[in-house]
Amino acid sequence: MITRWLSGRLARSLDDRLRVAPVLRRALAKVFPDHWSFMFGEIALYSFVVLVLTGVFLTLFFEPSTADTVYSGAYAPLDGSRTSAAYASTVRLSFDVRAGLLMRQTHHWSALLFVGAIVLHLLRVFFTGAYRRPREINWLIGVTMLALALFNGFTGYSIPDDLLSGTGLRILYSVTQSIPLVGEWLVFLAAGGEFPTAELVPRMFVSHVLLVPAVLAALIAAHLGILLRQKHSQFPGPGRTENNVVGSRFWPSYTVRTLALFAWVLAVAFALGGLAQINPVWIYGPFDPAQATSPAQPDWYVAWGDGALRLFPAVEFRVFGRLVPSPFLPGVVFGGLTFAGLYLWPFLERRRRRRRDRLAHQLLDPPRAHPARIGFGVGVLALFAVLLAAAADDILARILRLPVLHVLSILRVLALALPVSAGVVAYLVARALRAGGGRGIGELTRSDVRSAMRFGSRAGGVSTGVGDPSPVATAEPAAGSHDAARIELWRDPDGLWRWRYRDAVVVLAASQAYRSRPEAERAAATAYGDLPAREVAPSGGRTGEPAAMRERAGRIAGRAGGYLALAAVALWRGRRARRRPPP
Amino acid sequence: MTGRGTPDRRERVSSAVVAAAFGVSALGAAGFAAVYATGGQTQLEGLTLAVAFAGIAVGLSVWARRLLPTGGYVEEHEPFDSPPADLRLAAEALTGPESPVRRRGLLAMLGLALGALAGAALFPLRSLLPFDRQRPARALRTTPWAAGVRLVRADGTPVRPADVPDGTVLTVFPQGHRSRGDVPAFAVRLDPARFTAPPPGGTVAGVVVYSLLCTHAGCPVALYLQGTARVLCPCHQSTFDLLAGARPVAGPAARPLPGLPITVDVEGYLVATGDFTAPPGAGFWSLR
Repeated sequence: MITRWLSGRLARSLDDRLRVAPVLRRALAKVFPDHWSFMFGEIALYSFVVLVLTGVFLTLFFEPSTADTVYSGAYAPLDGSRTSAAYASTVRLSFDVRAGLLMRQTHHWSALLFVGAIVLHLLRVFFTGAYRRPREINWLIGVTMLALALFNGFTGYSIPDDLLSGTGLRILYSVTQSIPLVGEWLVFLAAGGEFPTAELVPRMFVSHVLLVPAVLAALIAAHLGILLRQKHSQFPGPGRTENNVVGSRFWPSYTVRTLALFAWVLAVAFALGGLAQINPVWIYGPFDPAQATSPAQPDWYVAWGDGALRLFPAVEFRVFGRLVPSPFLPGVVFGGLTFAGLYLWPFLERRRRRRRDRLAHQLLDPPRAHPARIGFGVGVLALFAVLLAAAADDILARILRLPVLHVLSILRVLALALPVSAGVVAYLVARALRAGGGRGIGELTRSDVRSAMRFGSRAGGVSTGVGDPSPVATAEPAAGSHDAARIELWRDPDGLWRWRYRDAVVVLAASQAYRSRPEAERAAATAYGDLPAREVAPSGGRTGEPAAMRERAGRIAGRAGGYLALAAVALWRGRRARRRPPP
Repeated sequence: MTGRGTPDRRERVSSAVVAAAFGVSALGAAGFAAVYATGGQTQLEGLTLAVAFAGIAVGLSVWARRLLPTGGYVEEHEPFDSPPADLRLAAEALTGPESPVRRRGLLAMLGLALGALAGAALFPLRSLLPFDRQRPARALRTTPWAAGVRLVRADGTPVRPADVPDGTVLTVFPQGHRSRGDVPAFAVRLDPARFTAPPPGGTVAGVVVYSLLCTHAGCPVALYLQGTARVLCPCHQSTFDLLAGARPVAGPAARPLPGLPITVDVEGYLVATGDFTAPPGAGFWSLR
């Protein structure tokens, strides 16, 4: 009761000054599609929040300097040893700052979660064709954020100036140095001289805590702003068209759900940060250009680059008598091609189509609908899986008890063979699924597979076999029958107009109310075209929700209030009992 | 309290679960505070904080799933082509008679000024490499190794040929330049009869000295395979055959390790007679 009164007053006073009600009304009614695969982007967003929160804590204790210092503190093996200030302060904040190790490990784990969620989000967007017009801008922003996340992860684990990351930094320095013409100048400007330099740690620190996070925050804002403007795409299904969004409303369902997800991300990050050791720099020791750790693996999200460096044969050549060193092709060219491919994919795919695809797409492709896309995507994924494995070839050799060079040869063969075979299999499975119309791979029949292999006829290519055909299309012949798709309009007792979509399978309520009948009719016509609309008697509760739903949220708040009141009474009585003199 | 009368068991169970989860969360938060206040312990801190957030997460998840409607709503999605009238008006406003876009000449000069500024703004970037330092090509090609510079161990003590042990490698530095990135080298004792190619830096009593930095990406080639007299880089497994002039025999490195020409000074210590036979470490464009 009190909370409702308070929030009412707050909302009123805000509205008096900003006139937020018209905007707020629509924002609260925004519809989010209900599908688990739409959550990856949110996980990335919340990991970023965890990164900022834990990162701010770390900056208060970390010293971005390679100046000589003596570590003295609780970690006995290093007590009294001379190291760089960056390394010493990292050890100090791990062992001598209370809760420092928790924050540091949580920060590192959330970085892994952050990139992982971005990659899963990217795969979802790729395999469902969500990057198609009108969402190309958000695809470009997303790929940029992936690149920035990789870079910031790298600078983040390099600034403690430990032996493992120092070696990784030297590799990145060498890869950049390998660029023809400009490579030497590029690294010398970035690092302020020949590796290792005193400038490197402070420069990486500024980039890690200020420049890149600021750009990321701006890009996240743009990403979400564009998402709000364009609204969500959705999978095909009953009642879903190119001109509507079907799902749950932002308030209250989605608000609670997304806050739950935020809390899950925090819980997982802190559980990992507390319980699972990560990047124990005190074991690796401080950086020394004459030493290396073995085995040496980078964080997973840059491991594909390291794997490419390991797998690629020793190819060096000269151009005009100048050297193009061996890291250039697997490091610079392969990495560049990866991101160029990501950036250009939506535009390349659009050109590839026979008729140039200029339509706006709000309905997603089920992955099987485009066998070529899924085949290519799976092939590339397989290549990256081999590269990830290659970054751990020394560990694989130890596990398999094989010489590391044999493991390398096997991986080289796999890097060529696996992407092609995996891509072809994925392509054929997608064609078979499309031809058979089965729900999953388990339901494929032999004839589906055979028709997928038949390329002369377009057997695999005609029927999409997925999702239900658009309700607008089915409505025409059955008009008038009881199950035909239709729009129902009614006037609420409070004078507002509402509408709902109804067909044989679903009933979908409009997410907001309208002030006039034409307004409601216009919205329904936007969402469903020229479906027959008719006025009906107002139903009891708000349509689309079971009658009881509306009051549940209120009831739970009421119950919590009740428990609080009970507790207060008990406390008060306990006090009085204590104050009363003993009989 | 509304809705007390409708006996909905499932809902009552759900709201009890939500309330309990929030209670557990409060306990977790209190636990974290207690752990911190009593001296802190990383595992317990993480666990209690995770419980606190997981409690909220479980509570909100159950609340959303059981007590709030899921799905069943539709929102219209206007197509993105603007109405022609809006398009025309926007175009008029942008390029109308008063629009700055019409002043082609002024725009060209403004473009010139901005372009010049952008170009000038690039100049301070050169400060990133201080002017008192060597330029890249020269810095990469040379090291402090020079004629007469003693080979010293990591602790600074000079090395006699007899100090180089059998069966392992000894990391050496030029005296007075311990921490530079391009100087590390290693001395190793080999049987000259097994050489299939002469070591580029020569030998002194079976001792040869090579740059420690892999010619692929500059990692120290820290692993010595004694039987075959090869060194292996732990970063990308480039392997160099020390009996054949440190030629690369496996992995991504394409150039041999540079040798260090050595001799013995009057006191019997190993000294360099010049710089490495080639620039050490990873390759670069101006390496001819």
